[in-house]
Amino acid sequence: MKYVRLLRVNLFRKKIRTLLTIGSFAVAMFLFGLLIIIRLAFNQGVAVAGADRLIVTNRMSLIQPLPLSYDSRLSAISGVKQVTHVSWFGGVYQDEHNFFPQFVIDVDTWRQVYGEYQISPGEWKAFVGDKQGVMVGRALADRFGWKVGDRIPIRGTIYPGTWEFNLRGIYDGSRDTADTSQFWIHYDYINESQSARFARNYVGWYVVKVASPDDSIHLAKTIDATFANSPWETKTDTEKAFAAGFAKQIGNIELLILSVGGVVFFTLLLVTGNTMAISVRERTGELAVLRAIGYSPRFVLLFVMAESIVIALVGGALGLMLAKGMTMGGDPTHGLLPMFYLPPQQMAFGLVLALVVGVLAGVLPAFSASRLKVVDALRRI
Amino acid sequence: MIRVDGRGENSLIAVRNLGKTYRRGNQDIPVLQGLNLDVDAGDSVAFMGPSGSGKSTLLNLLGGLDVPTTGSIRVGGDEITHMSAGRLTTWRARHVGFVFQMFNLLPVLTAFQNVELPLLLTRLSRAERRDHVETALSVVGLADRMHHYPRELSGGQEQRVAIARAIVTDPTFLLCDEPTGDLDRSSADEVLDLLAQLVAEYGKTVLLVTHDPRAAERAHMLLHLDKGVLVEAQSGAHA
Repeated sequence: MKYVRLLRVNLFRKKIRTLLTIGSFAVAMFLFGLLIIIRLAFNQGVAVAGADRLIVTNRMSLIQPLPLSYDSRLSAISGVKQVTHVSWFGGVYQDEHNFFPQFVIDVDTWRQVYGEYQISPGEWKAFVGDKQGVMVGRALADRFGWKVGDRIPIRGTIYPGTWEFNLRGIYDGSRDTADTSQFWIHYDYINESQSARFARNYVGWYVVKVASPDDSIHLAKTIDATFANSPWETKTDTEKAFAAGFAKQIGNIELLILSVGGVVFFTLLLVTGNTMAISVRERTGELAVLRAIGYSPRFVLLFVMAESIVIALVGGALGLMLAKGMTMGGDPTHGLLPMFYLPPQQMAFGLVLALVVGVLAGVLPAFSASRLKVVDALRRI
Repeated sequence: MIRVDGRGENSLIAVRNLGKTYRRGNQDIPVLQGLNLDVDAGDSVAFMGPSGSGKSTLLNLLGGLDVPTTGSIRVGGDEITHMSAGRLTTWRARHVGFVFQMFNLLPVLTAFQNVELPLLLTRLSRAERRDHVETALSVVGLADRMHHYPRELSGGQEQRVAIARAIVTDPTFLLCDEPTGDLDRSSADEVLDLLAQLVAEYGKTVLLVTHDPRAAERAHMLLHLDKGVLVEAQSGAHA
C-alpha cells in the first residue's frame, strides 16, 4: 500500500498522456463489448439450442417445404420423443424496416418441444383457443407497445394478403439470453387458407425432441435415411449445428469479429507499449536514483508493469462499463437482433484481455528499466 | 584517521589495491590502479582531480554501484566487492547515503515524500517514517518546506532535501558527488555548512568528490586523484 502514492503520482505526472492512453483502452474495450454483443446476438440460437433437439429441413434448401405427413412418420421413429413443426411467415408489419421473426407453429406440440419459455397458462389457453391469435415475446411487445387484446395486421409476402391477428399472450424467457423477439402464429389458421391443391399441408421444417441426446447423431442419420429417395429428402442436424449454419448464412461473423478485435488489440498494444517506453525513457534518471538508494531491479520491473496494468484495467473497465451501459439503455437496433446483452462473464473476459494487453505492453519497457545500468544512467543526467 | 598507504587498521572503510579498468573496443582503459584508502567513522574526505581522473568511478565503487576489476572494499566489516547484485542493493539501502550534483529529486513528489523514499524499503510504520522524515528535514533546516515540490524550492534547498534523503536512514557513510557543482556561492556555502555540521555534530562519515577548492578545504583531508592514483594532498582545517 505504501507504494500506491508513488504509483499514482507517476501515472499522473503527464496527465494528458495517461488520460489519452486510458481513453484508447476505453474505446477499444467499448468496441470489444459491442463486438461481443453482436457475436452473442448472432450466435444466440446456438447458445440457447437444446442438446436434445434436432432440426429436420428439406435437403434441397431451408426455404423448400416438407409435407405435413412427415409428422406422423417422424413420431414413429424409435428414439423420437416429440415432434413439432415450424414455418417461416415472413410478413411485414407497417413498414419493411420493422423486421421481426414470425413463426407459424403447431400449438398442440410446441410447448412439449420448447419448454424454456415462461408463459402464463391463461394466455396460452387463450392463444390456443383462437386460430387468429398470436403470442409474442416481451421484447417485441415492448418494441411496438403491444398489449394483450391488440389487433395486429401483417402483410404477407410468402403467404399473400393482409392477415389480421389477435394478440393473446406475451411470453418471457427464463434466461437473459432467451430470444423474446418472436411472433408465433397458428399453423391451422395459415394452412386452412392455402390452396388445397398446391400449398396446403406443408411445413417449413420439423423440430424433433429426442429421448436421449447421446443418440442425436445416430437418430439424425436414421431420419435422413427414412426419407431418402423420396420427393422431399431431408437434412437433419442438431439444433446447435442448425443455428450455427443459419448464423453463417449472414457471413462469417466470428472471423469478422476476430479480425477487427485482433487489429484493435494489436494497435492498442503498440500504443500502450510506446507510451510506457517513452515514460520509462523520460524517467531514466529517476529510476537510476531509485536503484542507487536501494530499490531492487525487481521492484523497478514490477513498478513499471503496475503502471501499464493500471492504465489497462482502468481504461478497460471504463470501456466495458460504457458498453454495458449501452445495453441497459435499450436495444438500439429495435429488436433487429434477437438479444442485446453483455453478460458478466464476457465483461470479466474483457478485463482479463485488458490485463493481458497491459502486461504485454509493459513487459519490454519494464524489463529495460529493471536492467538499467545505474552508473551509466546517473552519468547521463 | 584517513590513510592512503594501506596500513590502516580497524577503519570504517578499508580499500585495498583497488583497480578499475574499462574496456572500450579492443582497448583496456585503466581508470584506477592499486588504490588504498582507510577512512575512520566520523571522518570527512574530499577527492579532487582533473576530469577523467577516476573520482566518480571511485565514488561509484565505494557506493556499490559498480564493481572493481581488482582489489577489495570493506565497509564496517562487510566485504562488498564479492556481493551479489541483490545483496549489494540491500547493502546500499542500509549503509550508503547518496548526494548527487543535480540533486535528483523526484519532481512529482514533495520534499517530505522524496525524503521518505528510502524509508519505504524498511519495515517502519507510517508514523515512524513520518518522525524520521521530519527529523531529517529539521536537521537540514527545511521542516517548514516539507510539503513543497522541488520546483517550488531553490537549488540550495533542493540539495538540502537531497541531503535529508541521504541521511534519513542513518547510513554508515555519505557519498557526495559534486554536491555544490550546480549551486551559486551562497547556496554552496549553506550546503557545505550542513555537511560540516553532519560530521561535527552527528558524527557522520562523508566522502566528497569536488572541483571546488572551498568545498575541499572543509574536509578533514583532501586527496588528489591523478591518473588513477590517490595522493595525499593536505589535511583540512578540521583534521
